[in-house]
Amino acid sequence: MNGVHDMGGMHGMGPVVHEKDEPVFHEAWEGRVYALTRLVRAAGGRWNIDAGRYEIERIPPADYLRMSYYERWAVRLPIQVVKMGLATQAEIDSGAPAAGSARATPQLTAAMVPAMLATRVSTKRDVKVKATFKRGQRVRARNIHPTGHTRLPRYARGKVGAVVEDRGVFVFPDTNAEFLGEKPQHLYSVRFTARELWGDRASPRDSVYLDLWDDYLERV
Amino acid sequence: MDNAKKRPVGRRGFLKDAAATAAAFVAEPSAAHGHAHHDHGHDHQHQAVPSDVALRVKALESLLVEKGLVDRTALDAVVDSYETKIGPRNGARVVARAWVDAAYKKRLLADPTAAIAELGYSGGQGEDMVVLENLPKIHNLVVCTLCSCYPWPVLGLPPVWYKSAPYRSRAVIDPRGVLREFGLDLPENVEVRVWDSTAEVRYLVLPERPAGTDHLSEEALAALVTRDSMIGVTKVSPPPAGGRA
Repeated sequence: MNGVHDMGGMHGMGPVVHEKDEPVFHEAWEGRVYALTRLVRAAGGRWNIDAGRYEIERIPPADYLRMSYYERWAVRLPIQVVKMGLATQAEIDSGAPAAGSARATPQLTAAMVPAMLATRVSTKRDVKVKATFKRGQRVRARNIHPTGHTRLPRYARGKVGAVVEDRGVFVFPDTNAEFLGEKPQHLYSVRFTARELWGDRASPRDSVYLDLWDDYLERV
Repeated sequence: MDNAKKRPVGRRGFLKDAAATAAAFVAEPSAAHGHAHHDHGHDHQHQAVPSDVALRVKALESLLVEKGLVDRTALDAVVDSYETKIGPRNGARVVARAWVDAAYKKRLLADPTAAIAELGYSGGQGEDMVVLENLPKIHNLVVCTLCSCYPWPVLGLPPVWYKSAPYRSRAVIDPRGVLREFGLDLPENVEVRVWDSTAEVRYLVLPERPAGTDHLSEEALAALVTRDSMIGVTKVSPPPAGGRA
């Protein structure tokens, strides 16, 4: 979707504010919402990383811009919990389990956390899928405007770049975000010159690299 | 922009009644939340009226704990891991090893995920790593314009500025201007490569080893490596003259 989250190239956002000796979490609730979001995945129910990003992207733009990163997570978490079927909206509204509801047993104990955090859950898939493009080939990012989740930023659409690497076969976010299947396909590192993206006033030496799936690209 | 103290606005008035419910939990001793290990101040914990978002999160945590879906001590363990264990010191050790061990550096560039795992670092948001070597004429810079993708196992959780609209919007269109704000003014003859983390590949910048550090141990070198240098917004500075090495 052409949302406000797709920020690459926007103007007017101001200078980058760097905080010295920044804490990992500025407030205790930030750590809690982070940890809850990581751990509810083990409680069962359908979810994936792309669905999670899509929820954040659907926060209304004015709210999205006003909120801090973890405030967005705090908006997403109850939505996620309901969509995963772990709690009802009524339970979230009341703050208490429904009368007579069964009590589950947590799947992850504190002792299991270090191993859980160290576990790789790659979205790379070991399946044979034909690669449409080769290293060195010139490609154009398609001029498409999906209304759902996508990882093709607006600033690259319609622009011509070169494939510098085939990274292998990965889950396709656009379908995965809406549980329409993983549609695994080749992912490429594509180099766009700064001038192709931003015009003649950009540095002639500089470039931007994006990781783009087969479905985002077309032949030049 | 990313001011955590600002009052949030829920998407559809989510949990608008939860604040009242959660107020009942506020009286709990803070130890119940396991914050004893925090060494930075959380003054808000002692305010009479916690923020709306803090109450909403607390109410949700209580509900999920009561339903047996999450274990409170497991939540504490996740928070503690990212506050004390999984952070940029991990990445600094990877960089220092690459600086002192040419064979390791070769493996790190050829198969980054495996080479990083050799030092014991792996996990969520570091499943498929790529290492970008900074050279005298090539400077790499990492961003995620669409959200805030970041290599957690080696750098921990991202700083606020990395997740902020100014960085996400400008890093791709004005990387040299952003770098100048970080105090790095690159000459025109240096090529700037910006890496937008649009997929599940995660990037770690291997900064240049500063001059005058030949005598330093791997451990002393690791102490020089900053988080920002591994994102690519700064270089690694040599140790202060006469400083401990």
